[in-house]
Amino acid sequence: MSRWLTLFALALVTTAALAIDTEAAFPDAPRQARYERWIHELRCVQCQNAAIADSPVGLASDLRRQVKEMIAAGQTDEQIKNFMTERYGDFVLYDPPLTARTYLLWAAPVLLLFITVGVAARVIVRRSKAPIDSDPEEAA
Amino acid sequence: MWRYFAPAGAFLALGALFAFALMRIGEGKLDIREIKSPLIGRQAPTFVLPSLTDPTRQIDSHVLAGKPYVFNVWGTWCGECRAEHSALLAIARQSGVPVIGLDWKDDQQQAVAYLAALGNPYAEVAADSDGRTAINWGVYGAPETFLVSAEGVVLEKHIGALSIAIWQQKFAPHLKSGGPS
Repeated sequence: MSRWLTLFALALVTTAALAIDTEAAFPDAPRQARYERWIHELRCVQCQNAAIADSPVGLASDLRRQVKEMIAAGQTDEQIKNFMTERYGDFVLYDPPLTARTYLLWAAPVLLLFITVGVAARVIVRRSKAPIDSDPEEAA
Repeated sequence: MWRYFAPAGAFLALGALFAFALMRIGEGKLDIREIKSPLIGRQAPTFVLPSLTDPTRQIDSHVLAGKPYVFNVWGTWCGECRAEHSALLAIARQSGVPVIGLDWKDDQQQAVAYLAALGNPYAEVAADSDGRTAINWGVYGAPETFLVSAEGVVLEKHIGALSIAIWQQKFAPHLKSGGPS
């Protein structure tokens, strides 16, 4: 068991080593943290299932350069977000905004939770009414 | 009884939905990778870039104003661009709308040789060596083709290789003269 845990931990280490940037974009921690947050928030629209932080394609590196320049120029998060969505739409954001089109997307976890709780409650109530020593197959 | 049919019914409905979507993808009617451009209906981004064929000369997008133009993003590294090249040549010849090329992150000499070998459909080719203009146009994979109105508004965008059929269906209706048929 502990051997498997060790292997798993090693696998995590190698994944981290695959990050694309070889050196920090900024010398100071606050701006580097903002940069890291943004490159993980933006989707690589070319490869589509990776953030620009993790993609080796040319467009992802161009967009990382863009984020770096905008942070270096002192632009706000709102400005960076607007720059990206004006060009690539909300799809570029891994955290889609709450709009009429995304209500269902955002409501889905809550809806699924209600449905699950409702079904579970029904089953529990029904089972609790059944005689304890009865065979569940017969009760059903 | 319904407790047995409800899950089976839900499963069948989901299966039917997936089959429908997969068939639409197979027929080429649905592209799950396509991102609708937020630029449609808005002013086209401006640019000033060196000409591919004469790097000492700058191409300023402002001189394109006043008449519609096709804006085609391509590169010699892009296989699909080769596939659409003959369609681009036909459109440039017959539609009466100038085709402006954006050579995206390309090798200048290779691009010039490519046009010499395959024919040049472009009225102008701007060289976007650092990819900034492509980002401004929301480009995420060549080839991409835009139609810009005389007022400078983006009317249409096609992602992937262009064909005469796609031109007729998506682009020609925006123009008075229909273009190649």
